[in-house]
Amino acid sequence: MEKRLGKATRDAYGKTLIELGKENPNIVVLDADLSKSTKTCLFQEVFPDRFFNVGIQEANLVGVASGLAASGKIPFVSSFASFLVLKSYDQLRMGAAFPELNVKVVASHGGISVGEDGASQMAIEDIALMTSLPGCVVTIPCDEFSAAQMTRKFAEYKGLAYMRTCRPKAPIIYDEKVKIQIGKGIKLRDGKDITLVANGLLVFEALQAAEDLAKEKIEASVIDMHTVKPLDRDLLISEARKTGHVVVAEEHQIWGGLGSAVATLLAQECPARMAFVAIQDTYAESGPPDELLDKYGLRAVDIVKAAKKIL
Amino acid sequence: MTKPSVEELKAIAKRVRRDIIKMTAAAASGHPGGSLSAVEILIALYFVIMKHDPKNPSWPERDYLVLSKGHASPLLYSVMAEAGYIKKDTLLSFRRLGSPLQGHPDRRRIPGIEASTGSLGQGLSIGIGHALANRLDKRSNYTYVVMSDGETNEGQVWEAAAMAAHHKIDHLVAIIDYNKFQLDDATKVICNMEPIVEKWKSFNWHVEEIDGHDWNQVIEALEKSKNVKDQPAVIIAHTIKGKGISFMENNNHFHGVAPTKEEAERALKELS
Ligand SMILES: Cc1ncc(C[n+]2csc(CCOP(=O)(O)OP(=O)(O)O)c2C)c(N)n1
Repeated sequence: MEKRLGKATRDAYGKTLIELGKENPNIVVLDADLSKSTKTCLFQEVFPDRFFNVGIQEANLVGVASGLAASGKIPFVSSFASFLVLKSYDQLRMGAAFPELNVKVVASHGGISVGEDGASQMAIEDIALMTSLPGCVVTIPCDEFSAAQMTRKFAEYKGLAYMRTCRPKAPIIYDEKVKIQIGKGIKLRDGKDITLVANGLLVFEALQAAEDLAKEKIEASVIDMHTVKPLDRDLLISEARKTGHVVVAEEHQIWGGLGSAVATLLAQECPARMAFVAIQDTYAESGPPDELLDKYGLRAVDIVKAAKKIL
Repeated sequence: MTKPSVEELKAIAKRVRRDIIKMTAAAASGHPGGSLSAVEILIALYFVIMKHDPKNPSWPERDYLVLSKGHASPLLYSVMAEAGYIKKDTLLSFRRLGSPLQGHPDRRRIPGIEASTGSLGQGLSIGIGHALANRLDKRSNYTYVVMSDGETNEGQVWEAAAMAAHHKIDHLVAIIDYNKFQLDDATKVICNMEPIVEKWKSFNWHVEEIDGHDWNQVIEALEKSKNVKDQPAVIIAHTIKGKGISFMENNNHFHGVAPTKEEAERALKELS
């Protein structure tokens, strides 16, 4: 498969914020001294009055966003996923999830593709934590086009919603015309033998894996499950019925991510043979993103291996 | 250990600054600005003030150092290499896959690193833990915590500050590398922490305010802070981000961006 690198999903987020800011004066953006990295700096340039850089204080950041939301604003809150989710978890819980406020949390530098900065800056637990908050929408778009669309959907959606963006340039999967709906997976390829479910940077790897499997006469479906919560039940159940074999691939700790969500659903509705491509209960380390994805087993070859194990 | 003269300290500082440039340039990433601003502080600690033994990093009688501003890891590694904890020829593996020299300090990988840091605002609490353990075990060793001004935006710093004073914790010395910048901009633009001296005083800390690049002031302030009884001590060290390289000084571009090959060559020439 040809790999065409597009913009990073964080860039698409920043750019779309400007459009949204023009359309809706209620949109405000907050950051905690990482605006150049999360790309909220783009919004700041156009709407300095509606942008608040609170400094290095993530708990306060989320608390302030809650107050803004309770007063009718639509706050988009950003920082690195590691700090934004893990340092502000109670504020997300008591400030946003429990009172059911309209807060959008968009965290960059998710996963281990952060690279050289190393483990302290890499969120591998964010999906587990955010899906645990009752009512919270949780998403990981895979490329610039779907990230831009998802940002728009967030502005329309009322309630707490989380999006993880990534640091590196993302392989292009879609184009401007892509229609993203919260809670609806996208089938990128149809096959009868096995279903590969992925999100974020792993969508490209799953497509690559499907191509490699096809060479061995194994026909794989590939699903971009950009929304982990609410999960697309209908699509997953129909796929599991058809293929009976499901591999889930994600750039997240194996506990509590997309794999756990899919397994919980299928165990109840349509048990299938399953395998999981994820980070195996360890922190990663510094290194070039590509080498890290190799070392921690998040590549097409790993998906192929997992598929063959259960077929 | 005989204490080095100021001339010797200056020579170490030059080598450490060269190493910071070489490491970040080779890795093409890392945080040179906030590493260069705290060079004198860390060298004074390792070569003049602290009781420690590179051959025995877990010696119970050692003093503890917590680098709370973990992004200044190039500084920590190069000073620890000078002190004999790390082989000099591993410095250039900084941030490479498999290297013990992680982007931010990882205590599992290098004996002598007391705390895994990189999420700002947590080091002072860890330092309090060391100080309390030493107090419980009736040891008289010291704990030093190196922080930065932007870092003190974090609420946890002030929780720790209140608690340490309340518990009259001495043998605990915090040093703030006050280089006036954080990531997105100057600290006074993002979240001004002034009046800093008065803040720490009102939290019941003993405060010293110094020029953090003046060897005598750094050493004297550390000695004085060690002698404070029944109270934690903080040193507000006025510093210059990017100190020592003309085009990096007060240039926050170099907060989290490494010098290019050409910039590194220019920097090394200035430091020759
Ligand atoms: C909790 C947390 N939030 C954000 C960051 C990202 N970050 C790394 S360095 C930095 C700026 C630090 O500024 P300061 O503490 O003043 O350090 P210095 O200027 O001395 O480098 C930020 C925001 C982080 N490491 N930890």
